[in-house]
Amino acid sequence: MATGLFSSTAAKLVAAAGLAALAASATAVLAGPNDNKLVVDGKEYVTKLPGPEGGPLKTIYSGWNFRNEATQAMQLDDFDNPGFVNVETGEQLWSAVDGEAGKSCASCHNDASESMKGVRAQMPKWNEKAGKPLALEQVVNACRETNMKAKPWKWESNEMLSMTAFIGSHSRGMPVNVKTDGPMKEWWQKGKDIYYKQVGQLDMSCAGCHEQNFGNMIRADHLSQGHINGFPLYRSKWQKLGSAHRRFKGCMKNIRATPYKVGGDEFVALELYVASRGQGLSVETPAVRN
Amino acid sequence: MERMLCAVVACLMALGLSINGASADPVAAADVKIIDGEVKTSLTGQPGSAVKGAEWFKNRKLGNCLACHANPKMTDEQFHGEVGPSLEGVADRWNEAQMRAIVVNAKEIFGEQSMMPAFYRTTGYTRPLKKFAGKSILSAQQVEDIIAYLQTLK
Ligand code: HEC
Ligand code: HEC
Ligand code: HEC
Repeated sequence: MATGLFSSTAAKLVAAAGLAALAASATAVLAGPNDNKLVVDGKEYVTKLPGPEGGPLKTIYSGWNFRNEATQAMQLDDFDNPGFVNVETGEQLWSAVDGEAGKSCASCHNDASESMKGVRAQMPKWNEKAGKPLALEQVVNACRETNMKAKPWKWESNEMLSMTAFIGSHSRGMPVNVKTDGPMKEWWQKGKDIYYKQVGQLDMSCAGCHEQNFGNMIRADHLSQGHINGFPLYRSKWQKLGSAHRRFKGCMKNIRATPYKVGGDEFVALELYVASRGQGLSVETPAVRN
Repeated sequence: MERMLCAVVACLMALGLSINGASADPVAAADVKIIDGEVKTSLTGQPGSAVKGAEWFKNRKLGNCLACHANPKMTDEQFHGEVGPSLEGVADRWNEAQMRAIVVNAKEIFGEQSMMPAFYRTTGYTRPLKKFAGKSILSAQQVEDIIAYLQTLK
C-alpha cells in the first residue's frame, strides 16, 4: 500500500470526483469547527463543551463539528446513517445462540437496552479478573470465550463491529465517562505518553495534529480534536464501520510510524487517554465521518 | 616507488575533485552540518531544477509541502494546508542557505516540537515504518530542486 505523507485519503478523493473536490474546497474556507447542532430524533447531543480547568483543550469539540454538511447530514437521521445496518446485525447476534454452552448474550444480559445502557460510555473500563482495563471488544470476547464457550471474534470483523455498534447505540447521547483514577491512573499515563510522543519518519505526535492544529486544514483534511465518542463509526473512505484502534493505526501509518498492535495494551491505554480528553461529549455510536 | 606515489597523489586529487566536482556523490544526510541556521553549499554540488522542485513540492508522497503551507503561486492545486505559514514571498524572508537548512532539518531551526518534518535526515526516528527506516523523506537532489523552486517565490 502506498503511504503518502499524512494521508492518502485526500489524493484518492480528489482523483475520484471533481465534484467532491469542489464541495470540499468550499468548506476549506471555514477554519475551525462549525456551530451546527447535532440533533437526532429530537434529542440534542453534546458536541461542544468547555474543557476542564488546566486540561489541554479549552473547548472540547466532537469530530462531527469538523465535517462538512453533507457528511454531518448522514448522522442526523438513523435511516441515512450507514452504520445502522451493523446495529441491526448486532441486535440479531445479541440473541443468537453460539458456542458450546448453548447460550446467547441475551441468555444472561436479557434486554440490551437496559443491561447495556451506558456501558460504552465507560469503556475502556478496569477489569478485576484481567488485572487491567479492557476495551469493549475485549469484554465481548471475554464473554464469548468464558461464558459462551464460543470462539472470539476478530477485532475488525463484521460481527465484532456490529456487536460493539449495537452495544454502543445504547449509550447514544450519554456523556463519555471513563475512570482515570485508582488502578487506571498508570494506564492513563501510559496512553498520555504515547499521545505526546513524536513518532514515524514524519516525527509527529497525535497532539501535533489534534491538539495544536485542530480546525486547520492539512491539505484536504480538516483536522478535528481526534475524539473517539463516535466509535465504532462509519467512514466513507472505509465504506464500512471501523474501530477506534483501526483509526489509531491509520493515523500512525500516515506519519509513517509502525502502529501498535490493534487490541494490544498500548492501544487500549491510548484509547483510555483519548476517551478521557473527550470526557462529557455525547456518545455518537455509530457516528459518520468521511 | 615514484609511480606509486604518483598514483596516490592522483587518487587524492581525484578525491578532492569528487568532493567539489560536478560528478560528486551527494553529501550523506548524516554529514550535513547546519551552522548558524544555514547550509551554505548544495547537497549535490549541482544546481536544482525549479520545475522539478515544484513537482516535489506538491507531490503527496515527497515534499507534500502544500499539506501545511499555502502557496498562492500554485493555483492549479486545489488544497492548501494551514498548519504552517503561507510561503508567499518566502524567498524575501530567507536566503538560499537558510531555506536549505529549513528543508534539511526544520527541527534544528524551529525546535524539536515543530510540526515540519526533517526532509533530509536518516536517523533519530522513533518507530518508523520498516520500509522508511534509515531513509530520508527526500533525496539530496530533490531538496536542491525544492530550494531552487522556493527561490522563485518572491
Ligand atoms: C453466561 C452468562 C453470560 C453470557 C452468555 C454473556 N455474558 Fe456478558 N457478562 C456476564 C457477566 C457475569 C458479566 C460481568 C458482570 C457484569 O459486569 O455485569 C458480563 C459482562 C459483560 C459486559 C460488561 C458490562 C459492563 O457493565 O461493564 C459486556 C459488554 C458484556 N458482558 C457483553 C456480552 C455480550 C456481547 C455477550 C454475547 C456475545 C455476552 N456478554 C454474553 C455474563 C454473560
Ligand atoms: C498528520 C496529522 C495527524 C496525526 C499526527 C494524527 N492524526 Fe488522527 N487524524 C488526522 C486526520 C486528518 C483525521 C481525519 C480528520 C479529523 O477528524 O481530524 C484524523 C482522525 C482521527 C480520529 C477520528 C476522529 C473522529 O471524530 O472521527 C481519531 C480518533 C484520531 N485521528 C486519533 C489520532 C491519534 C490517537 C493519533 C496519534 C497516534 C493521531 N490521530 C495522529 C490526522 C492526524
Ligand atoms: C506537517 C506540516 C509541514 C510540512 C509538511 C512542511 N512544513 Fe514548512 N513549516 C511548517 C511550520 C509549522 C512552519 C513554521 C515554523 C514552526 O512553527 O515550526 C514551517 C515553516 C517553513 C518555512 C519558513 C516559512 C517562513 O515564512 O518563515 C519554510 C521555508 C518552509 N516551512 C518550507 C517547507 C517546504 C519547502 C516544505 C516541503 C518540502 C515544507 N515546509 C513542509 C510546517 C510544515
